[in-house]
Amino acid sequence: MPKMNMIQAINSALDVMLDRDDTVVIFGEDVGYFGGVFRCTAGLQKKYGKTRVFDTPIAEGGILGAAIGMGVYGLRPVPEIQFADYIYPAFDQLVSEAARLRYRSGGEFSAPITVRAPCGGGIFGGQTHSQSPEGIFTHVSGLKTVMPSNPYDAKGLLIAAIEDDDPVMFFEPKRIYNGPFDGHHDRPLQPWSKFPQSEVPDGYYRIDLGKAAVARPGNEVTVLAYGTMVHVSVAAVEEAEIDGEVIDLRSLLPIDLDAIVESVKKTGRCVIVHEATRTGGFGAELSALVQEHCFHHLEAPIERVTGWDTPYPHAFEWHYFPGPERVTRALKKVMEG
Amino acid sequence: MARKKPTSSADRPAPGPLRLHVPEPAARPGDDPDFSHVRVPAAGVSQRPPIDASEPELRAYAEGLVRVLGDDHRAVGDWDPQLDADTLRRGLRHMLLTRIFDDRMLRVQRQGKTSFYIKSTGEEAVSVAQAYALREDDMLFPSYRQQGLLVARGHSLVDMMCQIYNNTRDRLKGRQLPIMYSVREKHFFSISGNLGTQFPQAVGWAMASAMKGDTRIAASWVGEGTTAEADFHYALTFASVYQAPVILNVVNNQYAISSFQGFAGGEHATFAQRASGYGLPGIRVDGNDFLAVHAVTQWAAERARANHGPTLIELFTYRAAAHSTSDDPSAYRPEDEFARWPLGDPIERLKQHLIAIGEWSEARHEQLVKDLDDQVRADLKEAESYGTLSTPPASPSSMFEDVFKDMPEHLVRQRREMGY
Repeated sequence: MPKMNMIQAINSALDVMLDRDDTVVIFGEDVGYFGGVFRCTAGLQKKYGKTRVFDTPIAEGGILGAAIGMGVYGLRPVPEIQFADYIYPAFDQLVSEAARLRYRSGGEFSAPITVRAPCGGGIFGGQTHSQSPEGIFTHVSGLKTVMPSNPYDAKGLLIAAIEDDDPVMFFEPKRIYNGPFDGHHDRPLQPWSKFPQSEVPDGYYRIDLGKAAVARPGNEVTVLAYGTMVHVSVAAVEEAEIDGEVIDLRSLLPIDLDAIVESVKKTGRCVIVHEATRTGGFGAELSALVQEHCFHHLEAPIERVTGWDTPYPHAFEWHYFPGPERVTRALKKVMEG
Repeated sequence: MARKKPTSSADRPAPGPLRLHVPEPAARPGDDPDFSHVRVPAAGVSQRPPIDASEPELRAYAEGLVRVLGDDHRAVGDWDPQLDADTLRRGLRHMLLTRIFDDRMLRVQRQGKTSFYIKSTGEEAVSVAQAYALREDDMLFPSYRQQGLLVARGHSLVDMMCQIYNNTRDRLKGRQLPIMYSVREKHFFSISGNLGTQFPQAVGWAMASAMKGDTRIAASWVGEGTTAEADFHYALTFASVYQAPVILNVVNNQYAISSFQGFAGGEHATFAQRASGYGLPGIRVDGNDFLAVHAVTQWAAERARANHGPTLIELFTYRAAAHSTSDDPSAYRPEDEFARWPLGDPIERLKQHLIAIGEWSEARHEQLVKDLDDQVRADLKEAESYGTLSTPPASPSSMFEDVFKDMPEHLVRQRREMGY
C-alpha cells in the first residue's frame, strides 16, 4: 500500500472524488494552477481542467457565497479557505446560509459543500495562522465539523465529507501535514512514512462521519482529543506512565457520544485536550456531555487542557501550545482526584 | 473661469477644522417633497446597444435612465420591446394581483392573523416585467420584496398565504418568518433575512450553469441599501472575474427602512455606476416603466445567454409603502412623497399605455380589479381553512427535521426530551 503524508492523502481524496463524481469542483485562493499554498491541490487542475479546479479572488465571503450557489445548482463544491484564521469574512455565508438553507427551505434547497481549512498552531504562525475555530462552528446548528489526525483518516473522512449532503467544516491541522507532532518541539519531526497511519489506499474508501477512534487503548483515564492533540495526548499518557485511553474524536459534530461514554464509564476519569481557547470552547461541551452521561462513574473532576484565553502569541508559542507536559500534569491531577 | 496661479503652501490660508459629512435627504416629515435632484430624461432617447457591447461603450447607460413610455403613454424608441397586447394585459394583471395581494395581507396582519408582512407597492413592474423577460427555468435569487416574481410565474397565492400564516399547509413547516418564501419548482430561491447573501450565491449558481454548459442563467435582486454590504462587492467581483451569466439587480426604491439612498452612497454616483469599476456594464432603468424594465432585462438576459457576461441593472423606483408592517414612514419622510414621485405608478402607467393603444378601458380595468380582489378573497378563505398563526401548524416535532438530511442522535435525544 502506498505511503502518504496528510497533504498527499488529502490530495488523493480530492483526486478520487473529482474522478468519481463530475459535480465535484474545487476552488479557493491559489488552489488552481499553483496547487495550493500547502500543495493539497497540486496537479489537480492539470488533470481535471480549469472548470473543475480553479483559483478565486481573495474574498472568503465570495468563495463561500458562490459555493452555496453552486451547491444549489447541483454541484458538490469543495472550497478551500487558505487558513482557518481567515474564515470570518465568510462567517455570514456559513452561519446564516449554508447551515440553515435546508431547514429554512423545508428541505427544498441545500448546500452540500465541504469547506477545507488548515487550522491549529505549533508552527510559529502567530495570531492569524494558528487559530482553532472549530468550537465556533460546532455551535452552529446545521453544520458538521470534522478534524482528522492522520493521513488514513484524512482521506477517508474527506471523501465522506464530500459525499455528505450537509455542509461540512473540514479542519486540517497544518502542524501534522508532514508528520505527527507530539508537542516535543525540541525533537526532530518524524515523517508520516514512519507510521502505519501513512498507509493509505490509492482508491476510494470512506470513514463515516460521527465515529470516534481509539488512538491508544487504556483503562485508567479517558483523554478526549482531536487533531494534533491526539499525538500530544498519546505522548503524555506514555510519559506519565498512566494507562490512559486516548479517544480521537475525528468528528466533533455529529459526535460519537457512545464511544466517549463507554470509555469514561470504564476509566472513571476524563481529561479533555484541545488547542483552541478554553472559555466557550468545544471542551466545555465535551465536559458537559461527560458530566451528564457519566456522572455516577466519575471518580474525579473532569480536567481541560486547552489554549489560554488569549489571542495566539508569536514569541510564546510553546507557552501557549498545550504540550505534553501540561497534559501530563492534568493526567496526574485526575489520577489523584 | 480664469485659472488661478498656483500658490505655494505657505501662501494658502490654514484650513479650518475638518467636518464630517452626514447625508441628509431633501425632505423630512412636514416638508414639501423635493425630487429636484432626480433627472428624468425623455422616453425613447436612449439607444438599445448591441448585446456584445463592451463595458466602456456602455458607460453612459449607468448614469442615464432607460425609458420607453412617454408622457403621452405611448411606447417610443429603440428600447420598445414590442410586446403584444395580450402580454401587456397579462403584465398588468400580474402587477395588479401583486398589489391586491399585498393590500390584503397587510390587512390580515393588522387583524392579528399573522405577525409580519412586507409590501412591494410601487415596485410591481420590477418583479413582474423582469420575470417576463426571463425564461421560466432561469434561477431567481430574490430579496423579500419580489413577491411579484412568484405571482408572474403563476405560483399559487394560497401557497404564499399559507406560508404567511405558518399553517398546516405551510410548505416551510412554520419555520420561517412570513414572506420568506422558497419555491423550488418555480426556480425561486429560499429567501434569507440576511441582506445581500443571495447576490454571490446567484453568481455561484450562474458559474455552475456555465461550468456545466447549461443554457440557464441566474438573476438576483437587492435593494440599494444592501449594496453597502460586502456580499454586493463579492458578487460583482466574482461575476466579473468569471464572466458569470447572471443579472444583478439593484432595486433603488430610495429608502432602506428610514435611511434615504444617500446612506448607501447614492449622493455621489448612481448604483448602476458601481458596475463600471468592476468592468461590467451597469444600466439604469425607469423602474416604474414596465416596457423599459422588460427591455433592459431582456437585453441583459440575451447578453448573459450569449456568453457576453453579467449586467448590473439599477431599477430606479420608489418604495410607496412602509418598509414593513413594523415600520411607520411618516416618522422619517413626507407622507405624500409617492404622489409626487416623478416616475409615477407602474400600474397606472401600463394601464394608460394599454388605453392609449386602444387595448384597454377604464371599465375593463375596474372589472379586472374586482375579479382579482374576489380571487384573492377566495384564496384567503381557502388558506385560512388550513389555519392561521394562532392555530398551530404541524406537530412541533417537525422542528427537528431538515437541520441535517438525516437526524443526528443529539437531535433525536432533544426531540425525545420535548416529548416526541
